[in-house]
Amino acid sequence: MQPIVVQHIHKSFGSVKALHDISFTVEEGELFGLIGPDGAGKSTLFRILATLLLADKGNAYVNGSDVVKDYRSVRRHVGYMPGRFSLYQDLTIAENLNFFATIFSTSVEENYELIRDIYEQIAPFKDRPAGKLSGGMKQKLALCCALVHKPRVLFLDEPTTGVDPVSRQEFWEMLKRLKSKGIPILVSTPYMDEAMLCDKVALIQKGEIMQINTPAAIVAGFGRQVWAVRAKNMYHLLKDIRAFEGTHSCFAFGEFLHVTLDTDESALQKYLRPLQHEDLVIRPAQPGIEDSFMQLMLEQNETT
Amino acid sequence: MRQFLVFVRKEFYHIFRDKRTLLILFGMPVVLIVLFGFAITNEIHKAQIAVLDNARDAFSSRLVSRLTASGYFEVNRYLSSRAEVEPAFREGDIKLVVVIPEKFGHNFHHAKKAPLQLITDSSDPNTATTLTNYANAIVMQYQEEMGGKMELPLTIQTAVRMEYNPSLKGVFLFVPGVMTLILMLVSAMMTSITITREKELGTMEILLVSPLRPLLIIAGKVVPYIGLSFIISLLILAMGAGVFAMPVKGSLVLLLLECILFGLTALSLGILISTITNSQQTAMMISMMGLLLPTILLSGFVFPLESMPVALQVISNIFPAKWFIIILKSIMLKGGGLQQVWLPTLILSGMTLFFLALSIRNFKSRLS
Repeated sequence: MQPIVVQHIHKSFGSVKALHDISFTVEEGELFGLIGPDGAGKSTLFRILATLLLADKGNAYVNGSDVVKDYRSVRRHVGYMPGRFSLYQDLTIAENLNFFATIFSTSVEENYELIRDIYEQIAPFKDRPAGKLSGGMKQKLALCCALVHKPRVLFLDEPTTGVDPVSRQEFWEMLKRLKSKGIPILVSTPYMDEAMLCDKVALIQKGEIMQINTPAAIVAGFGRQVWAVRAKNMYHLLKDIRAFEGTHSCFAFGEFLHVTLDTDESALQKYLRPLQHEDLVIRPAQPGIEDSFMQLMLEQNETT
Repeated sequence: MRQFLVFVRKEFYHIFRDKRTLLILFGMPVVLIVLFGFAITNEIHKAQIAVLDNARDAFSSRLVSRLTASGYFEVNRYLSSRAEVEPAFREGDIKLVVVIPEKFGHNFHHAKKAPLQLITDSSDPNTATTLTNYANAIVMQYQEEMGGKMELPLTIQTAVRMEYNPSLKGVFLFVPGVMTLILMLVSAMMTSITITREKELGTMEILLVSPLRPLLIIAGKVVPYIGLSFIISLLILAMGAGVFAMPVKGSLVLLLLECILFGLTALSLGILISTITNSQQTAMMISMMGLLLPTILLSGFVFPLESMPVALQVISNIFPAKWFIIILKSIMLKGGGLQQVWLPTLILSGMTLFFLALSIRNFKSRLS
């Protein structure tokens, strides 16, 4: 049985289309990433799967239970971590954890095995109110609370947003460990680098899934040569390259511009030479998942 | 059951860790009782008057001392001419001027008729009327003493007894009113705020995605407030009895049961409010405008309902506060039992069930 099955889900809020024909499945023990910018509809999808919202059209099954008809059985077996920190700020770490364990008719001790790795990191602060924790610790606590009843499926809505890079890395290591325990995880993130850590990702924008594949396959499917270009005045360079008629796409990417071309590289060289950019560097680069995402986004924008 | 107890315990943590909540819960009753008991009162006590005594004889001075001896009036100043009356009022302290004409005593005994003028500041009509009534009564009494009982051929003798509140203490009216106000505030406003707070902080989202039944969530949030509102009722009754010697003539048990009933009515209103709003701010505004104002204005607490236009009298029936004040007055002051208060009790119970049914129907087990 596939733990998460989503079939042709549509959802609108008034005239705004939040989700349009979303379908995907998550396999047993899979870490599935929903990658997309803010406002892409990721949270709406999570809420539909967590039985908090009703889809306008389409079906979804979690552990084989329909999220509309059997919502009670779904609620018993999912661990849901909303996008916003949603624990009791005036309760301490230990109180929050015990509270959520109890309302799921279990105890912290019973499932301590599952949360031990994570809990041990925040245990030194267990008497501190949740509201006074740092962003990373809050998310670790929230993950503990979502895990404490040993869910069969884990929904994590942007768990690393607003978290420092070190904590983000730790957080993803925890997810890998959870995955190795056989819990399927659906996780969303706006960070492209995190997409590479998933088994499979769905790139989502404006409520539509653009592509579903393994991160490696998505990168491999990027058919063009990417050129990394740098100069002293990046802003001018960006404007100039975008004005070049042989340019297919050009995006800022860290300290370089990632450029794909319809012509070959020497044409770009020739075009840039008279514009007198200082310290101009042009070199081939490995495409990343972000390049693919940008490419797909561009295509989607062109078609709509 | 364990889930429920843990939920209630969590609710108590919220209450006792939030200083503001605690202040509203326990500071407010004390402040309101003291305020209404001592400061805000419509009783006449040492009203400032001025005297323009043109007679300056023994009779006039005895009249003035009679007025002040009553305790209702205090002579602020003596005026020397009619022209000083206006400025005296303008200054604002003087509520009443007694103008005694020349030869007051002489006229009384010889002409058998002595005029006396009372001038009042009627910018506050109620006070003005009350003051002239009091002054008139004192003057009449003085006249009888001076002239002896006049034997009229036919007389109607009125015998007045102030039943249930012989010393006419305003506080006897205010304690039930404040009690109603506070129970409404604590139960309705606090519950609506505490439930909407869960929505605002997003914790409701997690509670909903848990095996907890909606009914259990609501009950868990409300039960602590039932207990608190009961404790607050006891606090107010104790203050009423201890500080203002407010009697409880009827059964104390019945009174407390009625307090719990009204607490439940207010709680059900609070739940209802929380089902229709998503923010604490709105919940607070609705409780303030929709519940507190009518509780103060349309319940007979401050302004007598009988003198209101019929339309308002009809509207006042839909506010639980009106019925609770009737019950409180009946039990506390008149010693009424269940036979006397069964109707308002029934109405309150009906309202509670209605509000609860409506909130359960409105409560969403999803976000929208």
